[in-house]
Order: sequence, then C-alpha cells, then structure tokens
Amino acid sequence: MAKPPEFEIADLGDYVYTPPVMPDSMAHSQPYVANETHQQAIGFPGELIDNWQEVAVEKLGELTKKYRGLQVYLDSCVKCGACTDKCHYFLGTGDPKNMPVARQDLLRKVYRRYYTLPGKYFPKLVGAEDLTEDVLDEWYKYYHQCSQCRRCSVYCPYGIDTAEVSMAAREIMDTVGKGQKYCNEIIGKVHKIGNNLGLPEKALANTLEGLEEDVLEDDGVPVKFPLDVKGADVLLVTPSADFFAEPHIDGLIGYAKVFHQAGLSWTVSSHASEAANFGLFIGSYDNMQKMALRIREAALELGVKRIVFGECGHAWRVGYSFLNTLAGPFDFLDANYPVPQHIIEVTHELLEQGRIKLDPEANDDKRVTFHDSCNVARASRMGSQAGGQFVLPRNVIKAACNHFFDMRSDTIGEATFCCGGGGGLLTDDLIELRTKGALPRMQALKEVNEQHQITHMAAICAICKSQFAKVLPYYGFEMDQIISVHQLVGDALVMDTEH
Amino acid sequence: MGFVFSAILYITLAVFVIGTLRKILRYASTPAPLKIPTTPAPTTRSGVVMRLGREVVFFESLFKASKWTWVFGWLFHAGLLLVLLCHLRYFTEPVWWWVALLAPFSPYAGLMMLFGLAGLLARRFLVDRVRYISAPSDFLMLLFLMAIAGSGLAMRYWLHADIIQVKRFALDLLSFDFGYLAFNPVLALHLLLVAVLLLIFPFSKLLHAPGLFFSPSRNQVDNPRERRHVAAWAKSHDTDRAEKSRG
Repeated sequence: MAKPPEFEIADLGDYVYTPPVMPDSMAHSQPYVANETHQQAIGFPGELIDNWQEVAVEKLGELTKKYRGLQVYLDSCVKCGACTDKCHYFLGTGDPKNMPVARQDLLRKVYRRYYTLPGKYFPKLVGAEDLTEDVLDEWYKYYHQCSQCRRCSVYCPYGIDTAEVSMAAREIMDTVGKGQKYCNEIIGKVHKIGNNLGLPEKALANTLEGLEEDVLEDDGVPVKFPLDVKGADVLLVTPSADFFAEPHIDGLIGYAKVFHQAGLSWTVSSHASEAANFGLFIGSYDNMQKMALRIREAALELGVKRIVFGECGHAWRVGYSFLNTLAGPFDFLDANYPVPQHIIEVTHELLEQGRIKLDPEANDDKRVTFHDSCNVARASRMGSQAGGQFVLPRNVIKAACNHFFDMRSDTIGEATFCCGGGGGLLTDDLIELRTKGALPRMQALKEVNEQHQITHMAAICAICKSQFAKVLPYYGFEMDQIISVHQLVGDALVMDTEH
Repeated sequence: MGFVFSAILYITLAVFVIGTLRKILRYASTPAPLKIPTTPAPTTRSGVVMRLGREVVFFESLFKASKWTWVFGWLFHAGLLLVLLCHLRYFTEPVWWWVALLAPFSPYAGLMMLFGLAGLLARRFLVDRVRYISAPSDFLMLLFLMAIAGSGLAMRYWLHADIIQVKRFALDLLSFDFGYLAFNPVLALHLLLVAVLLLIFPFSKLLHAPGLFFSPSRNQVDNPRERRHVAAWAKSHDTDRAEKSRG
C-alpha cells in the first residue's frame, strides 16, 4: 500500500465542493528544474540566461503574433469568474492561483505591462506587473499546476483556453532556460530512442515476445505482437507505458487479441514506439512536430496502410487534431480509413460489422464505470459525429460487460475532471498536487460506488491509468481498480482457437 | 457645449473605430497554427456559425458555468442592446418604424442594464473567488457603465434634457456639423462617460466583444483528419521535413 503522505488528504464529501480561497496554499509546489543536458537536447539554453527578462518579454510578443488564440485570450478575459470553480486543482487545493483566470493572469499581467497602453501608463489600475524574478518563480510553480485539461475552456464565454496560456508560458520559460525536468528529459528520450521510457529496440522485442508467450499460456491462442514488420496493414502507435506498466499492458494484450481475431495484420514500430507527445505540454511546435514525424517515417518505412493509436489521452489529441497538420499529408495510406484511427474506433467498427464478438459474461465479476480522459473529451473526437468520443468507448464497454454505470453527469463527458496527472505533471515531485487534484474525480467515484458498488473504473489514457494506480489508495480505493478499456475487451473477446 | 462635445465625440469615435479595427485586423491576420476547437465541436462551417450564434445570443458557455453570472450578464447585455437600438431615434429622421416600436421599452432596458450591472458588481464584492481576481479597473468598469445607464435614466425621469435639441445635435454630428447644445449637467456627464468608454474600448477587456469571433476554441471546424491546417510560419519547415521524411 501507499506510504502515508506528508500532506493532508481531504475527506471525500458527498458532492464536489468548492473550497474557500486559501492564498498560497500550494506556493511550495514545483517540479524539478531541467538540467543542462535535458535542456540542450531539445534545443533550449542549459540554464537561466543572463538577459532572461528581455528575452522572455520578447518571446511573449512573438508568441502573440504566432498564435491567434493566445492573443485573443490575453485580451478578452473580463474576469467574470465563470471558470473560477472549474479547475480540479483549485477544487482540490483552494489555492486561488489555481483558478484558471488567476493562472492566466500571471502571464496576462506581464502582457498588459509591456504590450498594452493602460498597462504601460496605469499598471496598478489594470493589474499589470513587471516581469520580475518573483513573477518568473510564480510562473514556474503555477504553470506546472495546470494539466492543460481544457475544462475551463468549456465554461468560458469566450472559450479562453488556459491550456494554451500555460503552454505559451512553458515555452517562454524553456526559451530562457528554465524548463521542467520531467517533460524535457522525456522529449529528449523520444528524439534519441523513440519512446518516453527510453526502451531500446532489443528490450522492446523481448517484451513483445514475452507477451506472446503469456497470452499463449493463458488463453491457448497464438496471438502475435509483431515488431517492425514490413508490409503489415496497420501500424499501431501506442504509449510506451502499454509495453510494461500495469494496468496498461492488459490493454495492449486487448488490442493484440482484437487484431488477431479480426485477422488484421499489424505491427509496432521501434522507430515510433511512442504515441505520447510531450511536445504538446511544453507548447513547443518544433519538438511536437519532430516527434510526430517519426510516425510518418515509420509508416513510410514499414509500408503500412493504416495508422492506429492505442489508448492515450493527449496522444490522441496530437494524433487526431494535429498529426495530419504536423506530419501529413498521408496520401500514401489507404484512403478508406481516417488517419489516424483510435483503437476504440477500430474495435467499435469490427463489433458493428460482426467481425469480432464479445461475451460480456466474461466480465460479470466486474461493475464498471468510465473515466472520460480530458484530452479525448475536450480536444478530439472519435467516429464521424461530434461527441463520438463519449459514445464509442461506452458502446465498446457495454458490449464487453453487463454492469456499466456512469458517474454523475457534471463529472463526465465534456465536463469530465482530469485525473490530476496530465499535462506533464505525472512525476513524483508533484505527488501532493496530483493527489489533491484527483479529489473531484474521487468524489464522483465515491458517489457512483455508493450507488452501484463499482469494482472498476475503466480509462483510455496511459497517464490516467498511471495516475489513478498511484492515487486511488490515498482515497481508500485499491490501486488495481483502474483498468484499460481494452482489458475488458480482451477478456470478453470470443477467440477462435482454430485461427 | 455643442462645439466641445462635437469635438470630443469625433475624436473618441475615431480612436474607437481605428483602435478596434486595428485589433480586429491583428486578430484576423494572426494565424491559428493548430486546430484547437473545444470539443465536441461542429464538423461543418454552418455548425460553427450556429455555435457562435448561441454564444452571442444566449451566452451558452456562461449558462453552463454559473447561472447567477449568466442572469446578470445576460440582462445587462440585452438591456444595453435595446438601449443602443432605442438611441437610433436620435440619429434617424424620420425615425425608423421598428425603432419607434422599441422606444417605449427604453427605460425598462435601462433598468435591466442597471440591475444586471448591480448584480455583477455584487458578485465582485461577495464571492471570494471573484473578488480575488478583480483589479481596480474591473470594479471601475462596472461603476462606469452604471453611471452611463444611471445618467441616461436620470434625464428621462428627473433632469430632463431638451430632446429636440439633442436630436438636432445628433443629426448635425452625422452630417459633420458642429451643432448647438444647451448646458445640462446630466447630459454632459452622460456624453462624457460615453466618450471615455469609446476611448478605452480598444485598449481594455471590452475587446471581448470582437474577441469571441476570433477565439479558435469556438470558431474552428472540427475536421483535422480531413484537412491539413498549416500556418504560414510553420510552412517552410513543414515542407522541408516532410520532403526529407519522404525521401
């Protein structure tokens, strides 16, 4: 079980409760700063540069010219307060700088000071401030208390997206040499080796081979886990956590069984052995594109016809929303399939066509709820209809198990709460923030649990799975109550042993 | 007073128009390099028009967020719209028929504005979260708008201005004549406040009005798998790299 934490964990109340404002209650929380090696490997200065102030202000101006969203968002906020009770980190900590508008204001006050007339001449009146070392420290702390989940952007009357603001702030900090270790080290590994874990080809091959043996032993079916197979139809790009972490790996087994049973030839690539793209989190178009291009390169190299993404939230955002733009056109792939597809879309279609069958009784020991992952919910889609990202996973789950219950409606769908570990915050140096940020989700889980005796919460995101495995015990749940949707699918799949 | 106010209004109106147009041009010419609509989002252009329409007319997102803010905010804006339309009677001769039809509702619209603004101001004081995020200018802006609405209503019910003369002054403004206006302290205050409002519009949070239409999270079509969306600044290395990875 989890070690007793060094911070207080709130009791789960009966409903999602808005705390009173408690200034600076999370002012001590900040992640480790990236060292010289991590910084330079991804094109940023190794340490805080001497003229950081000047460069940061200039970079801010440059970004407002490159991103219309940022420019509009910095200008348009009327401080109406609609977003103030929407962020899970505010709800979990009460620190007012975790209110989305206050988080934006950390950057906005500097924008106003240097780039607007009233800010230049009447800074006090409009809340404009010089960029000082204290402000930079605040940026570093509070822009690393945002998981870029976009929940606030749903409620803002102008659609102001704090994720965009926090990405810009992180890019500015990277540019002046104050990056975050967790994200930047990982991005370096992807550039060098191909995945977040730094898992080299040989280790990957061994892992996949081991999985083949496990499945053969457990199910008696020779399910393959192909690596770098040229001429396969499907390139599976999945978060590298799927290769070894629990409960992710059972999801990977689920995808493999689906491909096997449907008779689809597929492969994993050692060159693009990572679906996650942490370039998103640090707002770096360059790094994000460089990683996205590995997928294009792998698809060309292996001569596949389709690209399918495994269960990963922000990876699906980058895949669905950006891949075509960053690394397209994908005119060399089979035009009958969208590029890329989500594994849920693949399984859903196979079920509709009757090409695979699920026996939901196989999961009769489970009573399941579903956690909508933030980036899937509010930054992507599945299928051809708006909102398909909510419908398709639920259809697949309901086909795979008989006992499915949704959490309260204002905590799912577009209103879903982040797990608390997204946006580049899934690191042990932020464990207090992660635990407190999970509070709203835990409250909703407790409620559905009391009503329907839930045994498992299914998710389609590697970060959600890792985060919940870690924080569930803090709230009196078991770490193995979080599972992959494709674990349910894999367990319920009717396998044809003659295949 | 006619000459002074003509001059003030021309100058502030010019600042308003030029300043706001400059901002709009800036928004229109700044690329949105990636597709970032808040989903579920419309998959067609007409769907986006509907989405923006619902935001403008009903404040859809705000309704989801906070019913109190929505009630006060919507009443204020609806009142403001009505009041502005009713003011057209000063600038049209003969008065357009539908403006004449609206005219009797003008005082109620003014009261709607005041009520909405008072509610928004109360929230700024009473809700600890909203108080925390409010700068002095946020309070001032509300007081300022209340003063505009209040001075307008005061002329209706108390210190009447010479409506005929005001209308002639307004029509003269339209034909670039400096008309005559007898001194009336409430009217002077009303016009002065409006002039200041025009002046600060392009430099303040009042930019939320044009801003909404340029907000990528609201105005983008959800079709990234069907269509590429490459910004001009991202184009050069886009083709470089794509060519390289092709080769």
